[in-house]
Amino acid sequence: MNGFLHELGKAPLTAKFGVVVVLLYILVALFAPLLAPFGESEVVGWEYQPWTTENWLGTDSLGRDMATRMIYGARNTIGIALLTTIIAFVVGSTAGFFAAVLQGWVDQLLSRAVDVVISIPTLIFALLLLTIFGASVTSLIGVIALIYATFVYRIARAVAMGIVVMDYVEAAQVRGEGLWWIMRKEILPNAAPPLVAEFGLRFCFVFLTISGLSFLGLGIQPPAADWGSMVRENASLITFGDLTPLIPAAAIGLLTVAVNFIVDWMLHKASGLKT
Amino acid sequence: MTETQSPLLRVENLQIEGLSEDRWKTIVKGVDLTLGKGEVLGLIGESGAGKSTIGLGAMGYVRDGCRFSSGSVHFDGIELTGADRETRRNLRSTRIAYVAQSAAASFNPAFKLINQHTEFPVRRGVMSREDAQKDAIDLYRQLQLPNPEEIGFRYPHQVSGGQLQRAMTAMAMACRPDLIIFDEPTTALDVTTQIEVLSAIRNIVEEFGTSAIYITHDLAVVAQMADRIMVLRHGAEVESADTATMLNAPQQDYTKSLWAVRSFKAAAKPAVAEGQVPVVSLRNVTAQYPGMSKPVLNDVSIDFHAGRTVAVVGESGSGKSTTARSLMGLLPPVSGNMVLNGAALAPEFRKRSKAELQAVQMIYQMADTALNPKQRIRDIIGRPMTYYRGLKGKQLTEEIRALLRDIELEPDQFINRLPSELSGGQKQRIGIARALAASPRLVICDEVTSALDQLVAEGILRLLDKLQREHDLAYMFITHDISTVRAIADEVVVMQHGRIVEQGAKAQIFTPPHAPYTDLLLSSVPEMDPGWLDRVLAERVAQSA
Repeated sequence: MNGFLHELGKAPLTAKFGVVVVLLYILVALFAPLLAPFGESEVVGWEYQPWTTENWLGTDSLGRDMATRMIYGARNTIGIALLTTIIAFVVGSTAGFFAAVLQGWVDQLLSRAVDVVISIPTLIFALLLLTIFGASVTSLIGVIALIYATFVYRIARAVAMGIVVMDYVEAAQVRGEGLWWIMRKEILPNAAPPLVAEFGLRFCFVFLTISGLSFLGLGIQPPAADWGSMVRENASLITFGDLTPLIPAAAIGLLTVAVNFIVDWMLHKASGLKT
Repeated sequence: MTETQSPLLRVENLQIEGLSEDRWKTIVKGVDLTLGKGEVLGLIGESGAGKSTIGLGAMGYVRDGCRFSSGSVHFDGIELTGADRETRRNLRSTRIAYVAQSAAASFNPAFKLINQHTEFPVRRGVMSREDAQKDAIDLYRQLQLPNPEEIGFRYPHQVSGGQLQRAMTAMAMACRPDLIIFDEPTTALDVTTQIEVLSAIRNIVEEFGTSAIYITHDLAVVAQMADRIMVLRHGAEVESADTATMLNAPQQDYTKSLWAVRSFKAAAKPAVAEGQVPVVSLRNVTAQYPGMSKPVLNDVSIDFHAGRTVAVVGESGSGKSTTARSLMGLLPPVSGNMVLNGAALAPEFRKRSKAELQAVQMIYQMADTALNPKQRIRDIIGRPMTYYRGLKGKQLTEEIRALLRDIELEPDQFINRLPSELSGGQKQRIGIARALAASPRLVICDEVTSALDQLVAEGILRLLDKLQREHDLAYMFITHDISTVRAIADEVVVMQHGRIVEQGAKAQIFTPPHAPYTDLLLSSVPEMDPGWLDRVLAERVAQSA
């Protein structure tokens, strides 16, 4: 942890900004019930009330407090996106390392299967699967994780391919080490920097996809608050010159920018460039 | 060598700084040198001595992240340190040329040799394309390239390494420059190829009266090439003198230590007792890569005895490393068999038992890629101990510390380091320790000293010799360096084209008469005598006549 703080001290301003923003989001998500003035789906007044001291950001199309829903939205949107990304990475990189170490028909089989999935546009494929499995949170996480695992697979495999040809992997193989050891101890530590950087990037994509799906009505289901559907539900306000629906959109945008700043910094460090 | 003229190149108090971890560090600390017309200066030193940096500096050029901090580089009346890009660019190739260590990496693989050759003379307006082509073919002929008429119309990957290096020298000559910088032009080549390139370079430099700076770490090579030698260390001059003086009467201790490097010789061991069972034997092993029509190893039989070293020598592609790969079970033989302690050894490593795997260990050439950069020394050395010998906890730590002391590294200081925190020689020591940690019977040393500076390599050889005596190890020592073979081998196996050309006790191999290939190999090894190259070439002409 000290090492990280030390590194952060030397990081460029953009990365510091990114870290602060992300930490802020995480705090808000964790302490949502304490921070929010009202309940998540509590109706507190008339529809579309303007900003007041009581309802900081007014109310939404059903008369629920916008500020409260923004705070709870952080919880749902970020939490689900994070979980999905983690699953995608565990599945994708395990399969990728597996293919890189074993090669041959295992690699062929996995890679071609992944090619097939990737060839279908992400959003359409997600919509299709969600219509089949129903739009629950579980199937949402499962479907998005599966789709994004394919992208992770390709990167993990490519990175691991460069590592398995190293003498130290060969040395471990002829020592008699098992597949699991080689993947975990020899490949993973060396593949970690690019994968971590990729994690940040993919998190943004997952996040945006979930928001997009919610906007289309197939993502996180009401009455749970999430930023994607908040934009949709209140979109008509824009025609009256009210900027409230843009606030959840801005929250999505800000997080995306912040995560990307951090990712840039990590990519930079992983590539070993000085400037 | 006309001393009366003003020198072609005069470098005065040259200082070059490099940016390292946000701080400027001086890497060349005030070097002076002068180079007359037609003179060849040899720059010699270990890696990191600043040889290449000075070589580039003589062209008025520094690498990215470096800068001239003071001093001057005067080339024929032009000051180069502060010169603008245009001035420097106009000088390069027309008046100053550079021959890099790796011709393969320096040629553009997408263009034919002759088109790359003629680019400069044509663009600088020195000659027309037709004349430049004719001239290129002339140069190819003078550099003794085969088929000079048509070799230029090949792509870089279609000619051999030695030919490419000569083509690059020809290219440097294209505009008849006044000065050529040769940066380790033969280091990556086999000895038998090196000798051709050396004689070609020397002839053409003499012919055109070109001045040259010849950078190398190989004393014997520089003795053939240079009129004067300058020894460098840590970016500063140790001493400089003309070649004969420098070789016969070096003044400084450092120079003397460089000169004395080749003195190490392992003590002779008694002959193998009659009827002693070898630790490992290869019997008539023939191996082939899948999908290739010809075998890469042909009928190879070698016995490895405990406490003895078998040196396997040959050029690149001779099958030395392939033999090791077969032995390790990485390339199972298609015929013949392998024996461990009198019992058959499974051809493929996946089918070998733990005890069989443990018995044969390997030390790799490049310690950089052989050690996992993310593992600490404790884990790198400790893992084979845990895996093969079941050591754990305190006992394991004790054993790791004992082994580190064995390889002459202070345990407290090194046990928790990462490979990136070690020097090249220390990394190789860890590579040795990892092999020893398994308590093997046979250790395969694959060119373990070729990536190291001579003084460091010497230390490694001494260590290997000590460990062999302590643990009664059998060594298979793969190398292309004959002086290393002389130093530590008990038996020698000479390989060419995947076959064994000659094998036997060291004394027997090194005393004439040799097999013709052994003779070629041995006579191609440069000696520290300035007249060596002429003598060898004369002998070869006499033989073929």
